[in-house]
Amino acid sequence: MTLAAEIDKNGTSPEKLLSPVLSAFWDEPESWTLETYHRHDGYEGLRKALAMPPDDLIAYVKDSGLRGRGGAGFPTGMKWQFIPQGDGKPHYLVVNADESEPGTCKDIPLLFANPHSLIEGIVIACYAIRSSHAFIYLRGEVVPVLRRLHEAVREAYEAGYLGKDVLGSGLDLELTIHAGAGAYICGEETALLDSLEGRRGQPRLRPPFPAVAGLYACPTVVNNVESIASVPAILNKGKDWFRSMGSEKSPGFTLYSLSGHVTSPGQYEAPLGITLRQLLDMSGGIRAGHRLKFWTPGGSSTPMFTDEHLDVPLDYEGVGAAGSMLGTKALQCFDETTCVVRAVTRWTEFYAHESCGKCTPCREGTYWLVQLLRDIEAGKGEMTDLDKLNDIADNINGKSFCALGDGAASPIFSSLKYFREEYEQHITGKGCPFDPARSTLWADGKDDKNAHRGVNA
Amino acid sequence: MTASNKEVSLGMPQLPAPAYPAEVRAKLEADAKEVIARYPGSRSALLPLLHLVQSEEGYVSRTGMAFCAELLGLTTAEVTAVATFYTMYRRRAGGDYQVGVCTNTLCAVMGGDAIFDRLKDHLGVGNDETTEDGKVTLEHIECNAACDFAPVVMVNWEFFDNQTPESATRLVDDLIAGRTVEPTRGAPLCTYKDTARILAGFPDQRPGAVGASGGAGAASLVGLKLAKGGTGSQTRVVGPRGEAPGDQPQKGAEHLSSHDAPQQTSASDPEHPAGPAAEEGE
Repeated sequence: MTLAAEIDKNGTSPEKLLSPVLSAFWDEPESWTLETYHRHDGYEGLRKALAMPPDDLIAYVKDSGLRGRGGAGFPTGMKWQFIPQGDGKPHYLVVNADESEPGTCKDIPLLFANPHSLIEGIVIACYAIRSSHAFIYLRGEVVPVLRRLHEAVREAYEAGYLGKDVLGSGLDLELTIHAGAGAYICGEETALLDSLEGRRGQPRLRPPFPAVAGLYACPTVVNNVESIASVPAILNKGKDWFRSMGSEKSPGFTLYSLSGHVTSPGQYEAPLGITLRQLLDMSGGIRAGHRLKFWTPGGSSTPMFTDEHLDVPLDYEGVGAAGSMLGTKALQCFDETTCVVRAVTRWTEFYAHESCGKCTPCREGTYWLVQLLRDIEAGKGEMTDLDKLNDIADNINGKSFCALGDGAASPIFSSLKYFREEYEQHITGKGCPFDPARSTLWADGKDDKNAHRGVNA
Repeated sequence: MTASNKEVSLGMPQLPAPAYPAEVRAKLEADAKEVIARYPGSRSALLPLLHLVQSEEGYVSRTGMAFCAELLGLTTAEVTAVATFYTMYRRRAGGDYQVGVCTNTLCAVMGGDAIFDRLKDHLGVGNDETTEDGKVTLEHIECNAACDFAPVVMVNWEFFDNQTPESATRLVDDLIAGRTVEPTRGAPLCTYKDTARILAGFPDQRPGAVGASGGAGAASLVGLKLAKGGTGSQTRVVGPRGEAPGDQPQKGAEHLSSHDAPQQTSASDPEHPAGPAAEEGE
């Protein structure tokens, strides 16, 4: 009997639990082309959108309940509504494709396999907010995706979806692909705008919010890739269809990214509210012979969970009520071979490296957290260091200029909450009790297989 | 960076950066104007222009920064402030191939740390150092949005998924020997300079580059296959982790090196001194 059949007995087959929309045709041989996209209702949502007055379109997206997929979950339609109309200034749409949050890996595969869903969403959004110039700010370190975006934009211009008088609607729209240059902080929307203006990527003081004074001090919408790419399907299939998935406050479908010590890491597109237990049950679970120790619901900046939280509904309210954040739905799973101190130390080194230096709590706090954590990991820590860690994290959290600081504090707080004993073990035992070799992909006797795999005889 | 790479500052201002040779300048200026025209405000072109000057010399030199400053009406201090903020801009010459091993938490735990250690030993270089033949610059990188393919190695920002110390060692050996190397996801490798030109916003003109390696990586499809009823995906779903999905060997994990065509690489121009690699503020 197959695994799928087994699960089906319990009435929870993957076919019923998953809902591929954005990923529906990624398995086609040339999924990224306009030709393939057309075969799957491509640009049909745009035609419906252009038949509506822009204000009605904004209201429609708002009514659909679509919430930002970049981490904060702010209603997308409301962001569009904040743009002042008739102000005589240019309006801009900036798509945040600077996907860099540790664990997060949804926008990059989406853009690699199906870039036109984003471009169609951009045209719809620009028509709604009356913008004639949009930008995609793509992190620079993903050249294969950049290639496909260049090509998709070329195809879209050629087909009349971009440029002068899009599909006879009167909308003129330029779309510029902008490659970043390596800085996690540019995923923060105001730092992204500074970076797009050719400056160091440092966050701006708010207010004014980007909707009032964003790019070049003009009204600007900044949306995540997945948020914008979800809009065409909502238009094409209807807001009621969208609301039939997920919950009242978190409607719709979304990409969950399973990674780490699991049997089948990858992308799972499902209605909001699915649980990690359901995802693991359908996909073969944690790797054979091991059990889940800790996981993140939405990247390293969201407080970690343990195996107590397997049944938390993965939507904005469910994860929030359990003490974390849905974030980017980056489900990084670590099994019992993983040292939590090592994991948190590495994340903290990342935040210290990526802190832009603008505000003191984050710049100094992350530096000192790293010093303490490295000592603890190396067995040179003291018991008082644990309270000191908490204290420093508390001085960063909520006291920094932007959310990077809060994100840096999350793994500290949550790991001390669930695994304080493991920190103490490092201190009393004067070293790390874990063997990193046991955590690797090739642990559990697969070394030999890998050593021979693919040798080109 | 070690002291030997630095100019000792005695409080004397540096001499102005030498200019590009006339024909290089003319070519870059034409490209730069195309880049600047994409933006409502010219300063927005700074990041792509820094990628552009990096595509000329393989790093962002003082000459390159002075060029950007002149074209955008900025001071060299303003340009330097930006160039030193972003990690993708090299501040001294590096190898034709930048091999980046992800050592952020998830990849590190899954084996990235072991891969990075093995490559350091194998190549005899440390982090951000280049092999003597100028082929490979090794560095550890942060999360590259491919956690479902961990551990990940990037070469000139193309994806090499599900790596092991052995596969990564073969990868760098192939790069050094000039054998053709194809990433798991992405196009056959071009040099670091060519990559920088794509980043500046000039599409890759090589035939087949856009479509290379197919629609989506294996991990990107696991949910879709399950949703379609799981048929044909069962081997993948319950199969042991670490095996290549399906029947085909996974590209990049083995670096098929069937023919050893040497890669053309741009040699640096000895007639064109570009100033010291280390900059103020380092």
